[in-house]
Amino acid sequence: MTPVAEQATAYAERFAAFHNEPAFGSDRVRAMREQAFAAFAANGFPTSRDEEYKFTNVSAIAEAPFGCQGAAEPTRKALEPFLFDGAIRTQIVIVNGRLSKTLSSMEALPRGVTVDQITDAVTAAPSAAAGVLATTPFVALNTALFGRPIVMMVPPHAKVDEPIQVLFVNTPGEHRMMAATRLMVVAGELSELTLVESYVGLAGTGQGFTNAVTDVILMEGAIVDHYKIQRETTTAFHVGAMFVQCDRNSNFTSHSFATGGKLVRNDVFATLDGEGAECTLNGLYLAGGDALIDNHTSIDHAKAHCPSHEVYKGILSGNAKAVFNGKITVRPDAQKTDAKQTNKALLLSDSATINTKPQLEIFADDVKCTHGAAIGQLDDDAMFYLRARGIAEVDARNILIHAFAGDILDRIKIDAVKQRVEKVVYAALGAL
Amino acid sequence: MLLEIKDLKVKAEDKQILKGLNLSVNPGEVHAIMGPNGSGKSTLARVLSGHPGYEPNGGSVTYDGHDLLAMSPEERACEGVFMAFQYPVEIPGVNNSYFLKAALNAVRKHKGLQELDAVEFLALIREKIKLLEMDQSMLNRAVNEGFSGGEKKRNEIFQMAVLEPRLAILDETDSGLDIDALKVVANGVNALRNKDRAIIVVTHYQRLLDYIVPDFVHVLSGGLIVRSGGKELALELEAKGYR
Ligand SMILES: Nc1ncnc2c1ncn2[C@@H]1O[C@H](COP(=O)(O)OP(=O)(O)OP(=O)(O)O)[C@@H](O)[C@H]1O
Ligand SMILES: [Mg+2]
Repeated sequence: MTPVAEQATAYAERFAAFHNEPAFGSDRVRAMREQAFAAFAANGFPTSRDEEYKFTNVSAIAEAPFGCQGAAEPTRKALEPFLFDGAIRTQIVIVNGRLSKTLSSMEALPRGVTVDQITDAVTAAPSAAAGVLATTPFVALNTALFGRPIVMMVPPHAKVDEPIQVLFVNTPGEHRMMAATRLMVVAGELSELTLVESYVGLAGTGQGFTNAVTDVILMEGAIVDHYKIQRETTTAFHVGAMFVQCDRNSNFTSHSFATGGKLVRNDVFATLDGEGAECTLNGLYLAGGDALIDNHTSIDHAKAHCPSHEVYKGILSGNAKAVFNGKITVRPDAQKTDAKQTNKALLLSDSATINTKPQLEIFADDVKCTHGAAIGQLDDDAMFYLRARGIAEVDARNILIHAFAGDILDRIKIDAVKQRVEKVVYAALGAL
Repeated sequence: MLLEIKDLKVKAEDKQILKGLNLSVNPGEVHAIMGPNGSGKSTLARVLSGHPGYEPNGGSVTYDGHDLLAMSPEERACEGVFMAFQYPVEIPGVNNSYFLKAALNAVRKHKGLQELDAVEFLALIREKIKLLEMDQSMLNRAVNEGFSGGEKKRNEIFQMAVLEPRLAILDETDSGLDIDALKVVANGVNALRNKDRAIIVVTHYQRLLDYIVPDFVHVLSGGLIVRSGGKELALELEAKGYR
């Protein structure tokens, strides 16, 4: 058998068995799932021949199938470090792809906001489009196999000032286990939402793989402040794709923090699909040891007068590898686009590497697009300056590394969230 | 004696820069070092502060009875050695007052003193900043980032005022200052003169020495101190050049 056929066969059984579960869904969902599985089966997992995976070798994921059996649900105590207690009351906890009623706290769910698990809703999501399924194998596999999705609706004009956390917990138990998670958020007209989407892992002897798909749909004038905090175990695989659809005058900001995993791949596909929509993507990623972290972002300026801003920063040590690919598409109608992209990486060791690529595809003439990349090591002159004032070498290093990261941390809009994310990042930096 | 440099040889990237330099400095003294471009003045300042790019390959430096060259840059600073940089370094993202607090507390800790809390620290720097006629807002900016040349030099002396070193080496702190800033910086330095503190000022201009009057003037040329004298030597050098 060819590798692709082997991979398809490996998941075919799981897919076939899934048909009989209630979570598989209605006829409409069935069609979507069949199409998705067919797309996955046709191409299998990507290889380095695939342009989008040129520097990201996913053979460790492809080489053997993942089951769906995880360890038992963790205790609330085990989750405490991840709950941002005091900063966030509403917690939607998903364990190995399944909503946990006992671990979730929804009493404080802001008025009007609904969270349900209707699979049908997903068929309308940008991630479910046929073209997407055909070209993104992990999304296709997720679409075939995800259990009940989390569908969050924010009604028009609702102002949700307290952040809501959706916490995905992966507990691999003894086996190779893939959690196919699915989150869909619809922010109604002129609504406001702060959402923290966290991925955490509890160490097990098995190998955990989170295959996550998130859709965020912003209706006219909606404002969404989104945080993705990915801090799984050092052995975990995480492949996540977020699809953002921005209607007229809406405003989407994403802050992505990735601190853990053996292989982490994040895709962001944002479409500015209405005039005056604005999108900001901030990212900070840390990797050490032999971890690989890949951020692919794609901002599609489909309509005129849309600004987008993107700043991604990485800190790498050991033999870590990073990939950054920032694509900006400006469609013929998207005049007066103002797109800014920056990515910087700080290499703390000689053997850490990064492949970085801006990818600008511009089909309109009256636009402003800028991009810049900077890769470097700690500034020796700055190190000496700090030490010459009495600051010990390790402290001087930390000051400079924190300053580099601080640029992204300072963009967090809610103080209580910022303090906690800072702690997570500083702890991860300490372990690099 | 606070500082005794004997037959010091220093190289950087295979270039022998200092070639057997001697200098002795007692507490309370102010020494001026003058000399042509490229003669090794900054190299001396850097090697005294422990810059890793400069390798001593002969001679000795004794500071307060200890082998200075065996100490790390931070140990030297904690023991009271301070260099005002000819080109102060910009450090984006590091708040000036945060930096200074970290530095001061490192020095205090080393001396066995209680570290200052935020309130005590603020009170201290409010006091010291007046000396340099600096705007408070400078404290909340990133270290030297976007500072004008004059602001950077003032910031150096401000740090000196806060850290209270026993040996300060001021590398061309006067270069590029306008006359007002020059006076402010010189007044700041003079205010920090006392019987326990020694200061080495590196300068190209006799003018600075009108404001900071030295006890000794040395000429550094070709990696050696070639002449030494009193403050009148500076006037002679200005009139006749270094030859
Ligand atoms: N890190 C280095 N690597 C190689 N050469 C160096 C280094 N630092 C200084 N030099 C060289 O050593 C010589 C002395 O330099 P230094 O900066 O000490 O001179 P200076 O007396 O301070 O000059 P100026 O008056 O221009 O400041 C110069 O020729 C300089 O180019
Ligand atoms: Mg010099």
